[in-house]
Amino acid sequence: MIVAAGWYMALAAALFLIGALGLLLRRNALVMFMCIELMLNAVNLTLVSAGRALNDLNGQVAVFFVLVVAAAEVVVGLAIIVAVFRRRATASVDELSELRG
Amino acid sequence: MAETILFVLMAIGALVGAVAIVAARNPVYSAMGLLGTLFSVAVLYVLQLAHLVAAVQVIVYAGAVLTLFLFVIMLIGVDKSEDWDEKLPYQRAFVGGLGGVIVLFAGALTVFGNFDWVPAATNTIPEATNGTIQAIAELLFTDWVLAFEATALLLTIAAAGAIGLAHHRREQA
Repeated sequence: MIVAAGWYMALAAALFLIGALGLLLRRNALVMFMCIELMLNAVNLTLVSAGRALNDLNGQVAVFFVLVVAAAEVVVGLAIIVAVFRRRATASVDELSELRG
Repeated sequence: MAETILFVLMAIGALVGAVAIVAARNPVYSAMGLLGTLFSVAVLYVLQLAHLVAAVQVIVYAGAVLTLFLFVIMLIGVDKSEDWDEKLPYQRAFVGGLGGVIVLFAGALTVFGNFDWVPAATNTIPEATNGTIQAIAELLFTDWVLAFEATALLLTIAAAGAIGLAHHRREQA
């Protein structure tokens, strides 16, 4: 007996929802970043489940590209957060409300 | 039966980790919640025969990305005094409305829709999607070789950009 793809989809949707709500609710830039990673993971889970249900391996290949883009995004994003922290000594996005250096 | 038990356990683990990310006051606890979610999702990949994806998930995400997160958290200090005052007007109401709509949508889909959203879906594990290294590599280096090269370029640009950001600040200080 195997679990239907719909249940994986439902779990992925729940994870995506939690990530999206966290992104909207939290102020800490690092935690917001983690929420983005969570949403990317939910999408990856969807791709793998859809690939299995459709009997198509391309879903898993797509996950690889998402992983690479996520890794690149983390590198640049964390560098930006550190650069902002050096200048403003805060990781809260509400403190960065003006577009001045 | 084994897949059902593992799915339920790992789904609970992933959801608990996800809630911990959002709810934890200390960013370190958020990172630990992310770690739990990542490992649970990796087990879910194994359940769907995506072995290589699961391995890469543990190595890249739990290994590299999370270490980078913890490093930055330690570098800029654990900031527990995040104020929960909402400065944007209507943001809380927007979040509540959005969450409500999505939950209603999912509920309506579960009750009224059918889960046979894929016409050709079979209820057995197909051998063709057995995500072995050979099977993935064959696709990656034939059909997707252009995208593969593009991601190589993207990673190089990202590394150069991160170095540039770090270097630029030191110059100005």
